[in-house]
Amino acid sequence: MPDPKATISFELNGEPATLAFAPHKTLLEVLREDAGLTGTKHGCELGECGTCTVLLDGTPVLSCLLLGLACAGHRVTTVEGMAAGGRLHPLQDAFAELGAAQCGYCTPAFLLAAQALLAVEPRPSRAAIKQALAGNLCRCTGYLKIYEAVELAAARLRGEDATPARETLYGHA
Amino acid sequence: MKPAPFEYHRPGTVEEALAVLARHSGDAKPLAGGQSLIPAMNFRLARPAVLVDLNRIPALAGIRGSADGLRIGAMTRQRAVERDATVARDAPLVAEALPHIAHPQIRTRGTVGGSLAHADPAAELPAVMVALDATFDLVGPRGRRSIAATEFYTGLFTTALAPDELLVEIAIPRPAPRSGSAFVEVARRHGDYALAGVAAVVALDDAGRCRAARIALLSVGDGPVLARKAAQAITGESLTAEAIKGAADAAASQDIDPPGDIHASAAYRRQLVGVLVRRALQRACERARSH
Repeated sequence: MPDPKATISFELNGEPATLAFAPHKTLLEVLREDAGLTGTKHGCELGECGTCTVLLDGTPVLSCLLLGLACAGHRVTTVEGMAAGGRLHPLQDAFAELGAAQCGYCTPAFLLAAQALLAVEPRPSRAAIKQALAGNLCRCTGYLKIYEAVELAAARLRGEDATPARETLYGHA
Repeated sequence: MKPAPFEYHRPGTVEEALAVLARHSGDAKPLAGGQSLIPAMNFRLARPAVLVDLNRIPALAGIRGSADGLRIGAMTRQRAVERDATVARDAPLVAEALPHIAHPQIRTRGTVGGSLAHADPAAELPAVMVALDATFDLVGPRGRRSIAATEFYTGLFTTALAPDELLVEIAIPRPAPRSGSAFVEVARRHGDYALAGVAAVVALDDAGRCRAARIALLSVGDGPVLARKAAQAITGESLTAEAIKGAADAAASQDIDPPGDIHASAAYRRQLVGVLVRRALQRACERARSH
């Protein structure tokens, strides 16, 4: 049964967008298939892995558990919306610098969850970072470098001249 | 996979929502936060012909404190409840249980009423509401009715809610004087479904004895289990370590018939309930004494 398309208008990565799609699609499918934004990854579809995390009005949600239609009139941010003016977001720089990504599949979601945390908590404790990222699974890097990258980016966003510790970059001698 | 096609409705009022539910009797499913329904639809375990999206009905969301207690709109997000100062003051058991529900992303979207109506036996909120003796307000074509949380749960994923009714509001009575509560659970990882969990409320009399206790268990039955034998065992007693242990033993041996599955055997769940009821009662008593 071909579904007549539904049309919604919303803000996507800072720009007004109008998209037409089959009304039963999740936001994840709409982003990847109809908006052509494949930075948001498709994981478990159950709410366990967190890899499809996007920001809805600045707050992390799972795009696989949200209907595309639910986003009408709202603000959606994906990893494609993080860089500005041709420059990576400090979190993206820090993740790259510290090797906080290995296969990279979970990275867009971690970046967005971390961005939402830093927006409300510029100086988060390690425990607060762990809690904010608890819904995101990484199966290869491990979490330590991810936490360190969030801390480094947070320091830089606060305007501090932060450089990563030597052992963070090269391991213990 | 992806959800199967469905007819989508997004009413702006409760009356409109009820009209759609009545029109498609049995085929329509209300969509709250979607954190349980959409996974089931993604896997095609659920294929509702009609979805009634409740997310644009402002009247269904909100937290109100009153002299009688707290009223929480069914569509209030779990994250909002978790951070609400009135909830922390007037229903600390709710505030203590909420961070155990999945992860921040899920709680941002998930609603209190959605979780309560879904009636997953491993869910935290149904047990919390049973322990608090909360009342649920349901609205349908036959009008509005109130039902005690304990009566609302009728079996595995089943409730007293008719297909043409909506859960609209939850009323939590004001805590009794000299009372305390505690929530504890064990999950393999934080945010996973609990292997077992306990929500306990204890009220003391002037002599420091247990005047009343309500203990609700999760993940050990078809729904939230009110541990009546455990409550009987301590009611009227001085809350010594021995009395608390007696109640915990009663919970583990008489109040439950837990299932065994790949996550935990029935015997292990029984063991957990004994330990967790003891811890919850100890903590609830300490809090009651400090009031």
